[in-house]
Amino acid sequence: MAAVDLRDLTVRFGDFTAVDAINLGLGDGEFVVFLGPSGCGKTTTLRCIAGLETPTAGDILFDGRRVNELHATERNVAMVFQFVSLYPHLSVRENIAFPLRARGVSRSVIREKIDWVTGIFDLAPILDQRPGRLPPGARQKAALARSVVRDPNVLLLDEPLSAIDEQFREEMRWELRHLQQRLGVTSVYVTHDQREAMSLADRVVLMRDGRIVQAGPPAELYEDPADRFAAFFIGSPSMNFLPARLTDDGLAIGREARPLKLPAPLRAGLAGHASEDAITLGVRPQHVSLGGRSGEAGVLDVPLIGRYQVGRERWFDFEIGGEICKGRVLSDDGRDGGEVPVTLDLDRVRFFAADGRRLRWERPS
Amino acid sequence: MAVTRKAHGLSDRTVCGLFVLPALAVLVLMVAYPFISLLYYSTLRFSILRPGVPAEGVGLENYEFLLTDPDLWDRFVFTGKFVVMTVAVQFILGILIAYVLQRNFRGRDFLFTLFMLPMMLCPIVVGFLWRYMFNSEWGLVNYLFSLFGLGKLDWLGQAHNAVWAVVAADAWMWTPFVILLATAAFRGIPKDINEAADIDGASPAFRFFRVTLPLSMPILVIAFLLRLIDAFKQNDLFFAMTGGGPGSETMTVSFTLSKIAFGYFYTGEASALAVILLIIIIGLSMIFVRYLLRLTEGN
Repeated sequence: MAAVDLRDLTVRFGDFTAVDAINLGLGDGEFVVFLGPSGCGKTTTLRCIAGLETPTAGDILFDGRRVNELHATERNVAMVFQFVSLYPHLSVRENIAFPLRARGVSRSVIREKIDWVTGIFDLAPILDQRPGRLPPGARQKAALARSVVRDPNVLLLDEPLSAIDEQFREEMRWELRHLQQRLGVTSVYVTHDQREAMSLADRVVLMRDGRIVQAGPPAELYEDPADRFAAFFIGSPSMNFLPARLTDDGLAIGREARPLKLPAPLRAGLAGHASEDAITLGVRPQHVSLGGRSGEAGVLDVPLIGRYQVGRERWFDFEIGGEICKGRVLSDDGRDGGEVPVTLDLDRVRFFAADGRRLRWERPS
Repeated sequence: MAVTRKAHGLSDRTVCGLFVLPALAVLVLMVAYPFISLLYYSTLRFSILRPGVPAEGVGLENYEFLLTDPDLWDRFVFTGKFVVMTVAVQFILGILIAYVLQRNFRGRDFLFTLFMLPMMLCPIVVGFLWRYMFNSEWGLVNYLFSLFGLGKLDWLGQAHNAVWAVVAADAWMWTPFVILLATAAFRGIPKDINEAADIDGASPAFRFFRVTLPLSMPILVIAFLLRLIDAFKQNDLFFAMTGGGPGSETMTVSFTLSKIAFGYFYTGEASALAVILLIIIIGLSMIFVRYLLRLTEGN
């Protein structure tokens, strides 16, 4: 196990900058998830740590030691790939033994290690089968077993669960999390699935266009997004973004300039950003509820589009400035259309500038 | 659709049959007819040079004569020796060169093309080319030997030298084929697998023997089979380089066959020998095809 430091890590492919001067420290034993849309540089960063990609500039350090020049074979990192990378001509047992044999570990130790890892992953029934005949879930388990069998410095996981059925994926996610905690191995997990990131990570590193947008514990990214992109990318359903203009007693929302009264402190805070020509109010659907007393602070009249049920939760859609927004139905007044009041939880509302910057101010406690 | 089909009165099966028919006709004409007539000729005593002399049915006498001929056994032993030597040399060199050519370096593609050239030459030309190179008095090989202070060798006049000379020529011509197929096999290995081997800490040698080679096996077995059959039939090089000599010490079976068939024109006897050769090649092929099937199942 090792702590990993990335210093001004930059990777360019021709004119394209895949990773743009990233600085990041991974604590020993930490589970970090790189999250972001395709092409954001998360996999490239992972491959740099693995030694499969050479940085254009910057340094990679394991426990303070620069490893840029070390070949992948010498870094003692483990990696689980997105698509199955088990050796198809070897049985699961031989696959797991492979990294140990490659390092010249003795037979008796190999046997011990295989027994140990077989127990953890419950692999006994498939140990002598070839990977080609196994279902994707079992294959990834075997790949995981192969990766942890030799106490790696860092465990790298490149969307390892994406080829697995939704139902089984949830289960694997939990197993993975428990395993990581049990082994205490520094882990980097790459995904574009924010739910996966939120449920797995000690720390989420949200990336976009080769840069880190925000890095922090899942709750921090959820509650305190660094910008509009972070707010949009994290949370399901996605955050509602309402275009707004500042007025004397609050905001005018959307093209229709629907009035939204704000309490004085909030209004005062926003006034500090009065120079912004357009601001966006962001509120998660979880923090919008159907009903309220029109005209009160935090209550907005909106045209209701419809309601629907997802599992035990009931949601509704409304329209602002041509965009569909969502909220939760907590108490039902039975109305099914027309103008309805909705209540925004003003403690959870976030504001953004036209360019996506988060608008912040000192909140009086 | 059903209506149209009825109007033409052709079922799908019939249409399929019609499409297969031309290929089937060619196959019957080019393979089945010659094969059956070969079997028939092998039971006759006759020569196509003397069509006036009626062919005499002799049963399996031709086979009996051939299989009890100690000279022919010597031919088989020599052919086997040549096949093992030339195929081994071609595979060791071919796989080695293909492995080196996997790397990216300047001029690799040019070098690759250069390596492929001998394969495109006419075998008889290659034979004469090497015959001159191995000429004991003024050949290039002995000249190079003399540069290193080595004595002149009688390359083509001594059987134990001649076989190596022909192996050299055959390997020069056909190693490219092994390079080509081995390159295809190496490149066919998924990138993820190679990266997994890197991550797993496999040294180049470990990776080559435990990952690259086993995963390339199906293609290499096919290459091996083709080279084996071809080496078994090698005729032109011996014809051009040694003429089967000294004596008949470098006569291969197929060289013997062509001599019986088109030198002495013992058509019946030649047919019988061709049948024997065919059985051996089919037998060998079946062993490797079965191995190939076992390799590819389950992957």
